Amino acid sequence: MERRTDIGPPHYTKFLPPVIQKNYGKWKYHEGVRPGVMVHVAESGDKLYTIRAASPRLLSVQKIRQYCDLADKYCDGYLRFTSRNNVEFLTTKEENIEPLIAELEALGHPVGGVGRSISNIVHTQGWVHCHSAATDASGIVKSVMDDLIDYFTGKKEVPGKLRIALACCLNMCGAVHCSDIAILGIHRRPPKVMANLSQMCEIPNVVAACPTAAIRPAKVDGKDTVEIIEEQCMYCANCFSVCPALPMADAELDGVSIWVGGKVSNARSQPMFSKLAVPYLPNNPPRWPEVVQTVRKIVEIWVEHAEPDERMGEMIQRIGWPRFFRLAGIQFSKEHIDDYRYAALSLKRTAQLHQS
Amino acid sequence: MAEGKKYETPKLDELEKGAWPSFVKEIKAAAQKSPMAAALLGQLEQSYNEKIGHWKHGGIVGVVGYGGGVIGRYSDLGDKYPEVAHFHTIRINHPAGWFYTTEALRGLCDIWEEHGSGLTNMHGSTGDIIFLGTTTDQLEKVFSKLTALGFDLGGSGSDVRTPSCCNGMARCEWACYDTMKVCYNLTMAFQDEIHRPAFPYKFKMKMAGCPNDCVAAIARADLSIIGTWKDEIQQDDELIKKFADEGLDIQRQIVSRCPTRCMDWDGKKLTINNENCVKCMFCINSMPRALAPGKERGAMVLLGAKAPIVQGAQLSSVLIPFIDLEDEESWNDLKQLLENIWEVWCEEGKNRERVGEFALRVGFGNFLEAIGLEPTPEMVAYPRDNPYVFYQTAKKE
Repeated sequence: MERRTDIGPPHYTKFLPPVIQKNYGKWKYHEGVRPGVMVHVAESGDKLYTIRAASPRLLSVQKIRQYCDLADKYCDGYLRFTSRNNVEFLTTKEENIEPLIAELEALGHPVGGVGRSISNIVHTQGWVHCHSAATDASGIVKSVMDDLIDYFTGKKEVPGKLRIALACCLNMCGAVHCSDIAILGIHRRPPKVMANLSQMCEIPNVVAACPTAAIRPAKVDGKDTVEIIEEQCMYCANCFSVCPALPMADAELDGVSIWVGGKVSNARSQPMFSKLAVPYLPNNPPRWPEVVQTVRKIVEIWVEHAEPDERMGEMIQRIGWPRFFRLAGIQFSKEHIDDYRYAALSLKRTAQLHQS
Repeated sequence: MAEGKKYETPKLDELEKGAWPSFVKEIKAAAQKSPMAAALLGQLEQSYNEKIGHWKHGGIVGVVGYGGGVIGRYSDLGDKYPEVAHFHTIRINHPAGWFYTTEALRGLCDIWEEHGSGLTNMHGSTGDIIFLGTTTDQLEKVFSKLTALGFDLGGSGSDVRTPSCCNGMARCEWACYDTMKVCYNLTMAFQDEIHRPAFPYKFKMKMAGCPNDCVAAIARADLSIIGTWKDEIQQDDELIKKFADEGLDIQRQIVSRCPTRCMDWDGKKLTINNENCVKCMFCINSMPRALAPGKERGAMVLLGAKAPIVQGAQLSSVLIPFIDLEDEESWNDLKQLLENIWEVWCEEGKNRERVGEFALRVGFGNFLEAIGLEPTPEMVAYPRDNPYVFYQTAKKE
């Protein structure tokens, strides 16, 4: 057989249910039907029901086949996944909604995450499959979502959308930096220089990798290597990314930081970065109780204080950071004050101040 | 494959409890058939006990003729868990919008059950289908079966990463352009750039159909294409009145919270001063069906978003305020613009410097000049507020 290359992905039209093919670009409106279920109505009058279910992202082929069984039974063999890794079942038959939800819940996949709710946590690989992880991803996500499940399923109401994301190191392949709540794995120990560094890495590359010039060439026992100016290290791990001989992971010092108030949507306020709320929480597997409690506390502040459809960052801008820190019971510290490239922009440069 | 060695996993077993679906159950399900998945449980339990990861830096592995798509992964406990000593990831370019038939998904499952751990991510952070864990000798077999099924590898390393998009016109009335078509066409136009890393660093592209940006294009993509419109918000006064009758406080919840205060509500009729509207979507989100994006729809093209490594996080900023991507000439302009950007960045960019960082380092004005775009006021939040101008004319004299 001829070896095929550069064929690209299958064309998406092959995978669209007939109702979508027919009404492509001709949808009129959509609305919630019940938690986790929405209906899209086309100009033609056709209706498409979407049932959204929780998924752990890490899926066995066995589970994917179970999803397929359900899609064959209720959705004529069509399904999709969302940008937040939920699974969605698509059907034109309203009568299929109830039995499908019952089967999904029996399979351990609760339905929810549509509209005003807390949806799935976008996350990274963690200790399951990554070399640079400062924490596990799946374990924290599972623990946090077990705790917040009622906000996903709609059993508890929330004022609007709240997006949580987790990245297990500063590389942020989960790009958590614009999330309502971000959980970020952090290292807190400068890299250790391994003895065989010069055999594994190019020293000029390693030196150039450091954004704070904390790495300089050195000679040890007559061998070329590097030395680390430890006070200048802010643990970005960029040097480790270019050179495996500079490991940073540390069982006791690694952990998690919590960030709040970011968003990507342009609705009402412009997109915003998440800001530091808690500089450090320990890695405490298997359930990271400190992280779970902190996230819950922040969620509850938002649920209590946000106006309808007000995002976390908008709420904090309105009530002021001093009040947020007071409500959250978080001690404001030196770590909260930026000292990197755009630091000056983050200082309060006005006499307009929320009195705390 | 036979069932693998069983490991005691008391810590991971804790994570089988609770209402949220459990990744541990998934690994255990795969371990019924895959010794690799069984060994993964052992190594992961050890990580949970020691609070540290046990994967080494990636090595260079792949399929013949491709430089990306496979990430080498090796355990640092290979002697103890030999089944995962080599545990490579394969990235597979997902279909635009993440729609599937069960037939296609079952085909993928069959390949991965035979040639890998049986564990996947649906999906990875960039959007790819992720096959987690196999050995080097299986890569070509997986690749050949994938292509027979009509799938191909995605990007990894310093190349164009797999483009991704929201479901756009397939299932959203707010889509201002055909995101899935643009995503597919860009993916097909740049197969070489996706499969053979030749850039200073990664280059991501994401297409969102409206300013709600469900794929986080403005935060996560070097090239962000976000749908918008030029004309007036479409409004249905009857339906707006219905929202009010059903209890929505339009004055307080919508009008007074509009970011440009471009609307008035007299208790019966909503009047929008569209000239001041910035197309943020807030009112449309709040009153679906009663309000809708305008009819003259298109997209905005933005450049440069990235996570913090290394000079700090950036959001994408405006390159082209409005483009009609249905128009063939505009489509060719977009492709040409990409080629121009890559040419300049490949020539002058430093190793591991994302294009957004590069543009700021050389000066955004200089960058625009190099890629052949005229500066416009839409590109800035405000003009410079410092007087340190590199006046070109003075230097020439």
